[in-house]
Amino acid sequence: MSEAVLAPTEAAKPEFWRWQETCWADESKDWRSAKSITVGVDVGSVSSQCVVVADGELYAYNSMRTGNSSPDSATNSFKGVQLKTGLTLNDVHFVVGTGYGRVNVPFSHKAITEIACHARGANYMGGNKVRTILDMGGQDCKAIHCDEKGKVTNFLMNDKCAAGTGRGMEVISDLMQIPIAELGARSFDVDQEPEAVSSVCVVFAKSEALGLLKAGYTKNKVIAAYCQAMAERVVSLLERIGVEEGFFITGGIAKNAGVVKRIEKLLGINAMQTKIDSQVAGALGAALFGHTLVQKQGPQKPLIS
Amino acid sequence: MITAGIDVGSRTVKVVLLEDAKVDGAPQLKYVVKGKHLMFPGDLDADAAADRAYDDALAAAGIGRSEVSAIFATGAGRKMVRFATDSVTEMSAGAKGVCYFFPTARTIVDVGAEEGRGIKTDGSGRATDFAGNEKCAAGAGSFAEAMSRALQLSLADFGEVSLRSTKSIPMNAQCTVFAESEVVSLIHSSTPKEDIAKAVLDAVASRVCAMIRRVGIDNDVVLIGGMVHNTGFVQSLKAAMDLADLKLPEMPEYVSALGCALLAAEGVH
Amino acid sequence: MIANYGYKDGSGEYYISIDTSKCVDCAVGRACLTGCPKSMFESMTDDYDEEVVWIKAAFRRSLAYDCATCKPSSGYSRLPCTDACKPGAIKHSW
Repeated sequence: MSEAVLAPTEAAKPEFWRWQETCWADESKDWRSAKSITVGVDVGSVSSQCVVVADGELYAYNSMRTGNSSPDSATNSFKGVQLKTGLTLNDVHFVVGTGYGRVNVPFSHKAITEIACHARGANYMGGNKVRTILDMGGQDCKAIHCDEKGKVTNFLMNDKCAAGTGRGMEVISDLMQIPIAELGARSFDVDQEPEAVSSVCVVFAKSEALGLLKAGYTKNKVIAAYCQAMAERVVSLLERIGVEEGFFITGGIAKNAGVVKRIEKLLGINAMQTKIDSQVAGALGAALFGHTLVQKQGPQKPLIS
Repeated sequence: MITAGIDVGSRTVKVVLLEDAKVDGAPQLKYVVKGKHLMFPGDLDADAAADRAYDDALAAAGIGRSEVSAIFATGAGRKMVRFATDSVTEMSAGAKGVCYFFPTARTIVDVGAEEGRGIKTDGSGRATDFAGNEKCAAGAGSFAEAMSRALQLSLADFGEVSLRSTKSIPMNAQCTVFAESEVVSLIHSSTPKEDIAKAVLDAVASRVCAMIRRVGIDNDVVLIGGMVHNTGFVQSLKAAMDLADLKLPEMPEYVSALGCALLAAEGVH
Repeated sequence: MIANYGYKDGSGEYYISIDTSKCVDCAVGRACLTGCPKSMFESMTDDYDEEVVWIKAAFRRSLAYDCATCKPSSGYSRLPCTDACKPGAIKHSW
């Protein structure tokens, strides 16, 4: 988990918690012919995303692990997009920063909270029928209600506990020594669906997981018990503000079918689908806010060239 | 008459064997500790672990099982000790044990590996009120332990190192899991280890302090549990609670087990 | 918009909600800012450019402890913050 603290001479151990970093651009479009180009940068404590919106449509995005420095993460995430598309900050008309590091995006013109950005992003990704958004981020978990335009009407965030967050899942991946991307599928490969691990605390759930292994649980069953616990915790967060259809999930854990399917089962509601990477919702919403601001205020000079 | 107290905690099992004794010139000391034993069980089967710890303690003290009149158990695993005569809460055991050493005690701070609690007592050995850390690992020893791993220090060194710090860095994270990442970032920004160690212990101390405030702080205040050995934590706690004096018993991890043994002796009477 | 600040942990759920539609254009001069003995509230401009209040970040993750001094366990039967907020924007979940 804390791989950075290892002495440099130690051989690199396989890092099971490492999820896939992605960089994508719409090859059918050319940003050079766009009238308005805006960028959203979402710097979280675990991952950072950069999204480019051209004329109000998603054009490119980059998703990577946040290093130890937030301002560098913002710059690096933009560099990813730059390498892919040739776009530079001089070509961008507006930059909006969001996330934990929203004050640490040195080249942003405006900062907007991750709540508002996630709602706007989800509205784009899932369409105007989206009403309830669940975001399971790296170190927090949010429940958001929005209207048909993606404007927030109610929200609740839990960033005190690791339970229900990506870090919580990384802990289990590391403990079980299984790559994080495989956890979901494995959680279904069990003879019988187990009960959730009883603890609300990831630290205690870790000790509990070891006990379950000793009691004869297979690794898959422990993972299933953990996914169930996470689903239950997240659902209790959602039920505090109520769940209205269309239900949309963003954030890294949306890629974990083991948690998503169990949430859907508990709610009796299926999550809406999207082809866009679930981790970019925040940055996408930020870029869309930027697009609206360019329509109102006109393009802004780049703050760092 | 010999009685036994077994404290089955989340990490360790503590056993105390007590015998009544007539001590001339010190009429208030009715009992003497005949033996004590601390065990780190490799597995989580509370009953088996308690059994082994008990056997080890008896063997070390040269006492046979049949010589013990009563066994009381306490701690997270107390209901699972099948051979115990009775079980008591950590509050009752803690209050009883502390008042044996400090009859002037009114507030007890018990910080264990995974659970912490604040206990009020009237000095007679009865617990009159309490508050717990309620299932959050951040207010207990496992937080410090996880951080000492991140800093690559032994727990013993951890406390010592923190005493060398002259700064107070606030820790943002409330959760142990997040705090570990925060410690890694602090290490990366070249923050000196002693400042990080102190920040961690200050964080645990402030959480423990907030918990104690729910029952109120009245002198004398006594700290029990394994964290007493962490000199850095003791300092941080004194500062957080704004205390001139924090009483520390000689065998801090055994106080609750001793309380059990005392209650067992009184139960038999 | 209803903004909920707080958390859930092993001991329970502790949230303070602020209904921004009742908070904007405050009719009592932001009485909550001084009404709270610990000054936990502060004014800010939200993402939709409305002037409202929120709970200061330093308090959001320890509400159970911070608000304990105003709760029945400390002898209070009414909360100073909800009393100060005549428009009824502030609510406690516990």
